[in-house]
Amino acid sequence: MTAKTTVLNLTEEEFVHPGNRACSGCGLSIIYRIALKALGRDTILVVPPSCLTVLQGLYPIAATQLPCLNVTFASTAAAATGVLGALRAQGREKTTVAAWAGDGGTSDIGLQALSGACERGENFIFFCYDNEAYMNTGVQRSGTTPRHVLTTTTPITGKPQKKKDVPAIMAAHGLDYIATASPSYPIDLYDKAKKAKTFTGPRYLHIHTPCPAGWGFSPELSVKIGRIAVETGLFDLYEIENGHFRLTGQSAKMLGKKRVPVKTYFKTQTRFKALTDAHIEEIQQEVDEKWEKYENADHPS
Amino acid sequence: MYIIESGNVAAAFGVKLAETAVIAAYPITPQTPVTEKLSELVDSGEMNAQYIPVESEHSALAVCIAASSTGSRTFTATSANGLLYMAEQLHWAAGARLPIVMCVVNRGIGAPWTVWNDHQDSISQRDAGWIQLYACDHQQIIDTVIKAYRLAETVSIPVMVCYDGYILSHTYMPFELPDVDTVRKFLPPYAPEYFLDPACPKNLNTVTLPDIRPDVRGDTAPGYMEIRHNLHTDMRRSLDVIIDIEKEFYDTFGRGGHPFIEPYRVNDADYVAVCMGSLSYHLRDVIDKLRNEGIAVGVAGLRVYRPFPDKAIADAFSHKKGLIVFEKALSYGNQGALFADIKAALYAKTDRPFVRNYILGLGGREIKTCELADALRDSCKPSSATTDRPEWIGLKM
Repeated sequence: MTAKTTVLNLTEEEFVHPGNRACSGCGLSIIYRIALKALGRDTILVVPPSCLTVLQGLYPIAATQLPCLNVTFASTAAAATGVLGALRAQGREKTTVAAWAGDGGTSDIGLQALSGACERGENFIFFCYDNEAYMNTGVQRSGTTPRHVLTTTTPITGKPQKKKDVPAIMAAHGLDYIATASPSYPIDLYDKAKKAKTFTGPRYLHIHTPCPAGWGFSPELSVKIGRIAVETGLFDLYEIENGHFRLTGQSAKMLGKKRVPVKTYFKTQTRFKALTDAHIEEIQQEVDEKWEKYENADHPS
Repeated sequence: MYIIESGNVAAAFGVKLAETAVIAAYPITPQTPVTEKLSELVDSGEMNAQYIPVESEHSALAVCIAASSTGSRTFTATSANGLLYMAEQLHWAAGARLPIVMCVVNRGIGAPWTVWNDHQDSISQRDAGWIQLYACDHQQIIDTVIKAYRLAETVSIPVMVCYDGYILSHTYMPFELPDVDTVRKFLPPYAPEYFLDPACPKNLNTVTLPDIRPDVRGDTAPGYMEIRHNLHTDMRRSLDVIIDIEKEFYDTFGRGGHPFIEPYRVNDADYVAVCMGSLSYHLRDVIDKLRNEGIAVGVAGLRVYRPFPDKAIADAFSHKKGLIVFEKALSYGNQGALFADIKAALYAKTDRPFVRNYILGLGGREIKTCELADALRDSCKPSSATTDRPEWIGLKM
């Protein structure tokens, strides 16, 4: 990465057509547009059933200008493996293979195939767009739904369990490049997707993805809400490169500074209605403890 | 060149001769030696292929689906619960019209666990949209694998090559190894019309709606129901393709020539035993014995189960006095699936034989020659009638 990326020097070529079938305010539509620019035209996409299946359009019309294989829910990383196998067999190794799954397709039903593919060292970039529930099927709880959040399967008192830390699971597989990102910081996302392309082997990007319909906020607030998630320290922008953790972008800038209270974030969305003051206090403490570790680390950024 | 090897190795050599590019597999007894042999062939450099040791059968077929969609010839193999773990992917592969070839080394399904042979695994997947071929011996295993690729790639439908666990997979028999150049002429390289290519981007297996829709140019594209109708039509068409391929294989290699039914002493028989897999060869000894007793009986080994060769069956057997269907599988609460299919095939014939059904050999229960002989002696009588429910051979209760 030589020149600093800005909105002015982002590639103008668009791979996602406007007028696709995403909901208004969909965080995924921002992420997908930006990350595909970083991946470029010589890319094959692999997508399990998810909001992205809908975004990409209904047969016989497609909203994406890259070749895409729609696959069964549990098989994303294995299917990416198959694409790579055929590309190797045909001497087409230069083509990038990128898998895009939601949080359920990554952390729940897709985890076995993802773990297997990472252990085998398959040469793909796996994008998890984490909207923190099964949004495509109507907001059911997933492994990455945060604690106390209301979903259609945790409808009254909220989800009792904590959010599953998928990047940490990926880190345990010894991947050379892992990063988190947010649609509210598109240049950070673009640079990370570009950087991921410079590595070989399995690479993992976990992207926090605001969802107006599932989280209960007005569509024009998507970018703002993604930003508050980072500013409160609830969702952190970081990279784990060859095993070295480093905060990036806005999260790195927040070191040594006062963060926005988590309460601010919880007030913006109806899915947090079941949170009591005690819950909020507890979560604030957890976030503070997490950030204390960042502050005390040798090279946090 | 003749060699003496196991049925599983025969299958592996078939895959090598087909110059398969991508192989994915997960171990399950009694399939394991196929994949062990293939991994050895790839690791030693004898075979130029990608061997991908996946973490499940679901992923094994996912790899084949994706590699086939990317334009490569693919192979996997499994048995029993492994096949059932693939169930969703079986339908996906057929719906996506991918010419994947898979060996199913037939084994009973748990619970309770069994590792021994019956046909419940593949028969239970008969409606997944795959072509199902059954081999009777080692020569048929290697030959059928080669023919299966030709068939799959001609009609764009995946093919299962089924053979009996242990009875064929782990026994050693002499068989002829076809010549590489002759196989290459019989089976040209895989050249799909569509595959994943950034130079010509396509979004494969997208969401369809209940009705048809126009594409961007305004031309009407088929909907889900039309796509399913096409699969069924091409399945039926593949019956003709199987006849052509079998003839060409016979002309090229001098073996085979029986596309659907392999007959033994059937021509002058009044009664015919019908079954699939190695049992049809086992029954040949029984037929000889009963012929000596004056019973005019023959045996027919069915080579193709899906698409069902109903016309070939009706034409071959409608003038017989009786058919006795031996099955290593059962549609619980009804009858043997093959039995029901054969009765349906004969229904339109006014002068049709009686049809009886025996269930045997489940979970590897020993099939005794004397029991087969007794069943046929009991059935091959003018007074026999079509039964609604199967009888069981070898049941000890």
